[in-house]
Amino acid sequence: MTSRAMTLAGLFLLLLTPGTGGSQVPGTDGAGDHGGPHGLDGHGANATNKAFPVLSFDYKHVQMPFEISLWVLLASLMKLGFHLIPRLSSIVPESCLLIVVGLLVGGLIRVVGEDPPILGSQLFFLCLLPPIILDAGYFLPIRPFTENVGTILMFAVVGTLWNAFFVGGLLYGVCQLEGTHLGRVDLMACLLFGSIISAVDPVAVLAVFEEIHINELLHILVFGESLLNDAVTVVLYHLFEEFAAAGGVTIKDVFLGIVCFLVVALGGILVGAIYGVLAAFTSRFTSHTRVIEPLFVFLYSYMAYLSAEVFHLSGIMALIACGAVMRPYVEANISHKSHTTIKYFLKMWSSVSETLIFIFLGVSTVAGQHHWNWTFVICTVILCLVARVLGVVGLTFMINKFRIVKLTTKDQFIIAYGGLRGAIAFSLGYLLDKVHFPMRDMFLTAIITVIFFTVFVQGMTIRPLVDLLAVKKKQETKRSINEEIHTQFLDHLLTGIEDICGHYGHHHWKDKLNRFNKKYVKKCLIAGERSKEPQLIAFYHKMEMKQAIELVESGGGVKIPSAMPSTVSMQNIQPKKPTERALPQLSKSREEEIRKILRTNLQKTRQRLRSYNRHTLVADPYEDGWNDMFLKRRRVMELGKKLNNYLTVPAPAPDSPTMARARLASDPQAWSIKPKSDSIPTIQVDLASPQSPDSVNMVDEFNKPSKPTEAEEEEGLMMKAPSSSADQKERKRDKEDGVEQQRLARCLSDPGPTPLLIPWPAKHLVDWWDPRDVA
Amino acid sequence: MGAFHSNPAEQTYRDLAEKTGFSVEQIWILHNRFKQLSHDEEMLRRDDFKAIPDLACNPIRSQIIEAFFDQRNFQTNSDGTAHEIGFEEFLTVMSYFRPPSLNMTQEEKEDLRRAKLRFLFNMHDTDNDGTITLEEYRHVVEELLSRSGAIGQETAKGITDAAMLEVASTSVGHMGPDDVYEGITFEHFLKILKGIEIESRMHIRFLNMDTTVLCK
Repeated sequence: MTSRAMTLAGLFLLLLTPGTGGSQVPGTDGAGDHGGPHGLDGHGANATNKAFPVLSFDYKHVQMPFEISLWVLLASLMKLGFHLIPRLSSIVPESCLLIVVGLLVGGLIRVVGEDPPILGSQLFFLCLLPPIILDAGYFLPIRPFTENVGTILMFAVVGTLWNAFFVGGLLYGVCQLEGTHLGRVDLMACLLFGSIISAVDPVAVLAVFEEIHINELLHILVFGESLLNDAVTVVLYHLFEEFAAAGGVTIKDVFLGIVCFLVVALGGILVGAIYGVLAAFTSRFTSHTRVIEPLFVFLYSYMAYLSAEVFHLSGIMALIACGAVMRPYVEANISHKSHTTIKYFLKMWSSVSETLIFIFLGVSTVAGQHHWNWTFVICTVILCLVARVLGVVGLTFMINKFRIVKLTTKDQFIIAYGGLRGAIAFSLGYLLDKVHFPMRDMFLTAIITVIFFTVFVQGMTIRPLVDLLAVKKKQETKRSINEEIHTQFLDHLLTGIEDICGHYGHHHWKDKLNRFNKKYVKKCLIAGERSKEPQLIAFYHKMEMKQAIELVESGGGVKIPSAMPSTVSMQNIQPKKPTERALPQLSKSREEEIRKILRTNLQKTRQRLRSYNRHTLVADPYEDGWNDMFLKRRRVMELGKKLNNYLTVPAPAPDSPTMARARLASDPQAWSIKPKSDSIPTIQVDLASPQSPDSVNMVDEFNKPSKPTEAEEEEGLMMKAPSSSADQKERKRDKEDGVEQQRLARCLSDPGPTPLLIPWPAKHLVDWWDPRDVA
Repeated sequence: MGAFHSNPAEQTYRDLAEKTGFSVEQIWILHNRFKQLSHDEEMLRRDDFKAIPDLACNPIRSQIIEAFFDQRNFQTNSDGTAHEIGFEEFLTVMSYFRPPSLNMTQEEKEDLRRAKLRFLFNMHDTDNDGTITLEEYRHVVEELLSRSGAIGQETAKGITDAAMLEVASTSVGHMGPDDVYEGITFEHFLKILKGIEIESRMHIRFLNMDTTVLCK
């Protein structure tokens, strides 16, 4: 539904854009064609000899959505195609290929005789840019961002200002030279041009940096800069536009400009934060309408962007603030499926937007009117590069005085080289008024040249340069529970030391913010029990869920990437208690005997099963399914023995009778035949002896009374009646793990096609087989 | 500053500066803070630490205070706990939190890292047997979760077990069913915390200006 709305919105906006060829208002033309059947009704009395049109061709009334869909389809097919060609995507970054495709398509349209569409600013700023920014803002890694926010702000604000004035000023100087025929270009226009061209573009940076996987610090520095410099760009752009129109500038105007900058930046953040809090608050109540949860996230964010644009505040900063503020609370409230939906929708939209932007850039190059001036263009390119390098070097020199982790020369090079320009510069240039800026075409040409240069030359060469300079790459390590524990421990430790030292450093303030957050904000914005959940426990549950889901999704396959191929299990880490053991120590031969007996029993019952089915002619459509399920479960359990890192907490809900029944009810492969009570020995095995701290009971959800075979009784393995201990366990668990149950219940309320299995450390002693597999 | 110190005091400061790596101004500020905390006495006791109001809401308060009195951190090759500490010990413990200096060789960085991690290790290994046992680790996790309300013993136990399993899996790999993993040794500890850049994270900014008058 949202995509249709977006398409309609895009449709409406495209109508406003000049230069989009072939757009016609659908209403007027359609009337004529729709008059057909009505017309026939109208003058039914004077029926003419005109035959009833069986098949008619009426393109005009679907032209707009048709063309839009065609463009999006083209973009997606291109993306598909690039990844099918084996070597291409590793040499050439996607953005370059897309621009080339755009050029080709634009050329094609030109050849056909039509007027190719230009990337209209309305379309760009209102439809294509927000998904990319929201994707970036929602998934912004908060910790590295806040740790480096000072550096990022320096680069974004001071760096962009420096670039703008340097390029603008020197270009004006160049224009004043004799022989360049550029005397008409005055200072304000040059400065305006400088401010347009100096901003690092988040779309281009994302497109290129996504593929080179550099380390987190550099990524967040360049990317953060590209996001935060929007405020500066907006202010400078409007400022110089006003000044160019007005003609002169005074000190008062400069001062107002600075105030305007603060208002734009802080106002944008404030608007975003308000909408973020609203979204978080709304998500608190969505437990009964899970399906529309993602919609709230998207809508509130888009509204934040639009509201900021109404006041000419920085829409990008509003969007980032909205996403970053609402994320921790929304994620605590929404279901797992909604979380996945949000993630994939954002990735999908941002991917499509990015592709469209680059293609349109190519098409616009062909379509636009250009005014090529060698001096201007060459000087622009050179000055941009020089300004960027000087700016980065100078700023790093100053910043390194305040940083603990200094930026090395290699880092500086990557930061300077990663300053790519992109479609935002083009759109801003396109917005220029031709009346006030007669040299607009020349500007556009220069902007496009700079964009091409940075994207093609810098984009293509940055990857081999990164390898050549051996820049540290992103480490693909997963967050481990140990790191989480120690990170938290370290935070508290450093806060404590600061308090002892007696000065309020940033650990102190961060701690204060966290405590405020926990005490007041979380209570308002997070539903139910989750509001009190400490971060460590939330992290732990997340890891549990992730591993359980990975296990299920691998379907009992051979390898799970996250599991450690070790045979360390729970019993290895428990200290050997010298107290008495309820279970006598079994020798190896005895263990083998037990295993054999269990296995033969299982075979017997399986044979019995088959004969039972044939004789009673019970149509068993699930039999094949049973075998598969059985094998799958076997493999899963074997894997479960290996995979026992996180899943040591007694697994609650899915194993309680009600929950398991609910799960089975939603399982399309659920067996509906209830087994007879006396034919099958069901054994409820206590997998963990009293030695280990977690006694986990496997519950046979059909709640059969146990009938241990003779062999097992002899050996004294623990067999308990399922119902009683299950109830006990239930009661104990209900008391303690209300949090966990709720969390899992929430997930199970979105019934999925596969049941959620949470295996647990299996004792090597007993081969577990599923009593449900026999009927 | 010259009027404040007599020459012997300045000399002590310079010795301390050389020993711990602080600058003389920083040592002077820390000494002021020491005197403030100890109410102008020579030695600092546990009660003086407990009296710091900002520290009251820290979940691992007791462990931090113990770290100051742990003789293993005094770099004197002794162990056990002291009842009271002087300024030199105070400064020595503080020196673990100095940021890495600008031009350090890789070897020096590695030494700094080991020293800081040793400090952390000592904080966990309360019985000084060289390993962090399951009980000690559980104590750490329980302390961390202590300020967050009642979450139940089981979850803390579960988290500790999972963490311990992870250490055992990554450090030892294959263990037979009868082997017991005794505890986290210092080497294993180094290994599991490889991901966190301790030398750049475990530090606070020691100022050259006196701001202690602003804080309690």
